[in-house]
Amino acid sequence: MPLSTQPITINVGPQHPSTHGVFRMRVTFDGEQIVDVEPIFGYLHRGSEKLAESRTYTQVVTLTDRMDYVASMTNNQSYILSVEKLAGIEPAERGVWLRMIAAELQRIASHLVATGFFLQDLGALGTPLIYMMREREQILELFERLCGARITNSYMRPGGVFMDAPDDFWPALDRFMAEMPHRIDEYEDLISGNEIVAARCDGVAVVDSQTLIDASVTGPMLRASGVDWDLRHRQPYEYYDRVTFNRPLATASDNYARYIVRIHEMRESLGIIKQCLEQIEPGPVRPEEVPALIRPPVGDSYVGTECPKGELGFYLVSDGGVAPYRCKVRAPSLINLTLLREMLIGDKMADLFVTFGSIDINMGEVDR
Amino acid sequence: MATTASFHATGEDLAAQIETIASGAVIGSGTYDVSISSDQVLPVMAGLKDAGYEMLIAVTGVDYVGYFEMVYHLLSLSQNRRAVVKVRCGEGRVDPVVPSVVPIWRGAELQEREVYDLMGIRFEGHDGMKRIFLWEGFEGHPQRKDFL
Repeated sequence: MPLSTQPITINVGPQHPSTHGVFRMRVTFDGEQIVDVEPIFGYLHRGSEKLAESRTYTQVVTLTDRMDYVASMTNNQSYILSVEKLAGIEPAERGVWLRMIAAELQRIASHLVATGFFLQDLGALGTPLIYMMREREQILELFERLCGARITNSYMRPGGVFMDAPDDFWPALDRFMAEMPHRIDEYEDLISGNEIVAARCDGVAVVDSQTLIDASVTGPMLRASGVDWDLRHRQPYEYYDRVTFNRPLATASDNYARYIVRIHEMRESLGIIKQCLEQIEPGPVRPEEVPALIRPPVGDSYVGTECPKGELGFYLVSDGGVAPYRCKVRAPSLINLTLLREMLIGDKMADLFVTFGSIDINMGEVDR
Repeated sequence: MATTASFHATGEDLAAQIETIASGAVIGSGTYDVSISSDQVLPVMAGLKDAGYEMLIAVTGVDYVGYFEMVYHLLSLSQNRRAVVKVRCGEGRVDPVVPSVVPIWRGAELQEREVYDLMGIRFEGHDGMKRIFLWEGFEGHPQRKDFL
């Protein structure tokens, strides 16, 4: 006799340890199987875009820190590039190299957080997350040396960065660069070939590349489906055209593919930092002629950069005043959630947060 | 330093391309953008997607006090090019409306909800047109210039 079942709707979040912030979902289950998901946003909405309209161009940098707060440096970079394009500011060479070093360190830190929490959600409680937080802590210490702040850095300014790296930053960075490749090897030994990880992740939440492109998904999630699209390579900004790096790809487009792409990208980021260190020369970190109060000409600008989570873009409109008339953020975290429902339906309850973690979102950026 | 502008289609090229898709749709063009009339949004966008702009990168609403404007940033992965298409949502501030591009690109789904929530522009043809960040029953649209 077939057992009759009845769908049951459960509320998940917003206060939940695995929602990476304050995300809420209304999930309908049939037994253990997910039959419907409705994401609910807005629990961290602070109106950053509106706030930007009443602040000067330099002050807005502090707002960008608080969007994706595990990747402040890359947020700074994306915003600053848009301001520089709008106002026609030519950045100082050393400032650009420092921005690239900071951004690549931040990419490693963000991928560490993504991978650590992904494994935590998978049920590998404690160990992987603690290991990855240990390495992230080293990066945060480097940032503290670099600009005095660990998380909300506000390090970058139109034209470069606000101060040169202190002398003790460089040996500390060298120590980190020497140690990190072994740490990544260690993660690979522990996780990449792990049978349980493979059993839980292979073939789960597969999305084909056409659907991803149609849903505007960018970043590691798109590269895990085999699409070779990295803005640093295809539309180089800063000095990314003066460094060489590989674009790690995977073709399976499942949870494991999204994990492995991030692990390999960390190695590439280390390679980019090494090349930056070879090419950086002494000099000013910001041109003297950049005014404290920037008044860009009337017009608009959009710059998209490759952030750890995907394409982060700032669309700025200037009316000639000291504050942006409109500051729109193209947030990869929000847009990458477009396919969440399709990715989850049909999977088991235990895969809910694994898939969610593999997308790698940050609620500060989703809600802004 | 490679300038990002070199990856943008110029307004002139884009206007010529749109002219072949829907004659008379273009109402103006800037250096790197083109403005089209709001009743031609669907045929133009569908035509641009067929012409290689596979991805809709960003959907933005801007309040210019006298009128509302929608800005669509398109990206072609195959041709490595970006395009900016602007649409004016009628005259005045009362009930601005544009056709939804969700039938063309799924990626517009959440972004159009965001514009509706914060800017108050309605998208015709979007099935889930409800607030995304603010709660149902919230009065007004905070990103408008007259919301203080």
